[in-house]
Amino acid sequence: MTDQSYNFAYLDEQTKRMIRRAILKGVAVPGYQVPFASREMPMPYGWGTGGVQVTAACLVPEDVLKVIDQGADDTTNAVSIRKFFQRTAGVATTEATAEATVIQTRHRIPEQALTAGQILVYQVPIPEPLRFLEPRETETRKMHSLEEYGLMHVKLYEDIARHGSIATAYAYPVRVEGRYVMDPSPIPKFDNPKLSDSPALQLFGAGREQRIYALPPFTRVVSLDFDDHPFDPSKAPHDCDLCGAAESYLDEVITDDAGSRMFVCSDTDFCRSRREAGHVGRLGETAGGGA
Amino acid sequence: MQATEMSIFAKVKPQAPLLSVKGLSKRYGTRIGCTDVAFDLWPGEVLGIVGESGSGKSTLLSCLAGHLAPDTGEVVFATASGPRDTLRMTEPERRRLARTDWAFVHQNPRDGLRMGVTAGGNVGERLMAVGARNYGSIRDAATDWLGRVEIDASRIDDRPSAFSGGMQQRLQIARNLVTGPRLVFMDEPTGGLDVSVQARLLDLLRGLVREMGLSAIIVTHDLAVVRLLADRLMVMKSGHVVEQGLTDQVLDDPQHAYTQLLVSSVLQV
Amino acid sequence: MIEIENLSKSFTLHNQGGAVIPVMQGAQLSVGRGECVALVGASGAGKSTLMRMVWGNYLAASGSIRVGGVDLVTAAPRDILALRRETLGYVSQFLRVVPRVPTVDVVAEPLLTLGTPLAEARARAETLLARLNIPRRLWSLSPTTFSGGEQQRVNIARGFVHPYPALLLDEPTASLDAANREVVLTLIEEAKSRGAAIIGIFHDESARARLCDRLVDVTGFTPGAAA
Repeated sequence: MTDQSYNFAYLDEQTKRMIRRAILKGVAVPGYQVPFASREMPMPYGWGTGGVQVTAACLVPEDVLKVIDQGADDTTNAVSIRKFFQRTAGVATTEATAEATVIQTRHRIPEQALTAGQILVYQVPIPEPLRFLEPRETETRKMHSLEEYGLMHVKLYEDIARHGSIATAYAYPVRVEGRYVMDPSPIPKFDNPKLSDSPALQLFGAGREQRIYALPPFTRVVSLDFDDHPFDPSKAPHDCDLCGAAESYLDEVITDDAGSRMFVCSDTDFCRSRREAGHVGRLGETAGGGA
Repeated sequence: MQATEMSIFAKVKPQAPLLSVKGLSKRYGTRIGCTDVAFDLWPGEVLGIVGESGSGKSTLLSCLAGHLAPDTGEVVFATASGPRDTLRMTEPERRRLARTDWAFVHQNPRDGLRMGVTAGGNVGERLMAVGARNYGSIRDAATDWLGRVEIDASRIDDRPSAFSGGMQQRLQIARNLVTGPRLVFMDEPTGGLDVSVQARLLDLLRGLVREMGLSAIIVTHDLAVVRLLADRLMVMKSGHVVEQGLTDQVLDDPQHAYTQLLVSSVLQV
Repeated sequence: MIEIENLSKSFTLHNQGGAVIPVMQGAQLSVGRGECVALVGASGAGKSTLMRMVWGNYLAASGSIRVGGVDLVTAAPRDILALRRETLGYVSQFLRVVPRVPTVDVVAEPLLTLGTPLAEARARAETLLARLNIPRRLWSLSPTTFSGGEQQRVNIARGFVHPYPALLLDEPTASLDAANREVVLTLIEEAKSRGAAIIGIFHDESARARLCDRLVDVTGFTPGAAA
């Protein structure tokens, strides 16, 4: 009989050891993609199998888990993963960013600043930032090991040549501690500044591609750019129509067949707590009533 | 009078070869790729390597350019910090050399270009690889180089897949020469092109070699190409160098039986 | 300037039973600065062979050919290239150029390889082309489509655009009309007077008489003839 205290949270003991070793190696070499023997999870690839394995390897019974998908706690992916861990680990769950100890995320970093002791687990579809231009894995590995990153700028050059500015709006490549170039997963570039110097531990899991990488707390992360086209973490030029926040990342929602639209915070927890604190946006009264 | 002339020569003439090859051999099992190749290439010189398919000329070029590890021999290159045997360099050093002082022009431009990247991005890549981080100046350099290889500047944002074969080859040359290499390896650079386009490319290459003081090693089976482009010629057969010398001398007064056969087999137009 | 001593040459035809054909033996020749020497002898006697050996185009079997201190028989290819760039000019009967290169650049090329700035090299090329009566409208065209006489004059312009201290002339007046012939003869006289050492093959006897200080009959260098 295996030790249930170690075997906590879905994974068998050997798998958990293997993934934890990969995580530790990733933490030791920030931004480096550590290969790991990704297991079959009871969900399809693309639904966060990498993130789920990393989360399962991190969870302890005292943890409070939050799961978000595109910033929202109540979308299918987030709900099903949260339920999965409620059933397999029995941990407490929350929607409040501040209360969570482990946050699994798809495509966002919470608006509220993370704190020391928190772990942010990213679901990653394609971990290799160079893949777009160099299809050979042998070659991209060599480029990482020799720090040959000129190609990354070719991608940005192509953006400017075609669109007049760096049009890459998500999965915007970053350089970690002046060494590895890393794909931050498809978070909007608006979130890129939050990667750097965060007090929280950030872990990245790519299930299908079998890679884990990490940013230990207070790691310097710089978004790549050109001298004459500096990195710009832009967002839609609107305030949230529900809570009035001017500094949060917004989703655009079409509200009727006439093309009416509203902009709302993509981080549902952030928006709700602002409204609870009395902030009101342009459409705050009506939409707030429905929520 | 003669003495003063000689002293002028001494100033112009470089003092050391750019590339010095000794005892280079490569076998594929029991079969010979190339064997015991030795030559010096001096700055500003163009060396042609001719021979039929399977003669070992491409194997030799791959060994020289570091794409293939030879079994024995040395390939000493005059780096900025003195002569170095490139075969004993670490891989990072060799790759650095390959994107700074060296360039490689493939027969098929598709092997040497990024087909999904615009012409400007293709030319700019080597600049970005050596640290260029100013979009405006990268683009200016790319525009300048497209002009030098006679590609209209308005095509800078087109992908090579929209270019003709001759344009693709010229783009590949621009992409390779933008960082001002000192030694260019070319594998049948005019191979896939029709005759009129070949002439244009040859003229371009001659001009660039002259203006930039480039040295080049050109592998081809086309004797007309080497006559117009190469200062010196090396003839290969079955992995051996059977004859080498001044290009026009080797072609007009060939000494080896194979070279005589090769020269006499060319169709006259 | 040009010193040939005890030069011999044979061709080995490997693909025709390895036949060895000796074509020259014991050739001697000395051409000083400002001197013009004509090679004479019947067709096939070896005039062109000797000239090609001086140019470095044919290999010698033995002996020596010294031009401006360089022995072409033993010199490395790059020394011969330097010699051709700076010291030794050659006007051949055949024009061999990259198609589509404009005539003016074909003529300017020897200067460009010496590092002359493009504008200056072109200006000197144009001066010569004008002197040789090549119509200005042809200068920007490739000489590959020119008539025989025009190609001949382009070749001559190429050979005279740089003041080589030594010159080899292979039938420089062969297909020229009287006026252009006169221009070419004057060019050769000017080269002589600036001190160039010249070896020429002239079938044009009056040109030979006007230009040449000596005649050398290459029949004397034919193997067996001396015996």
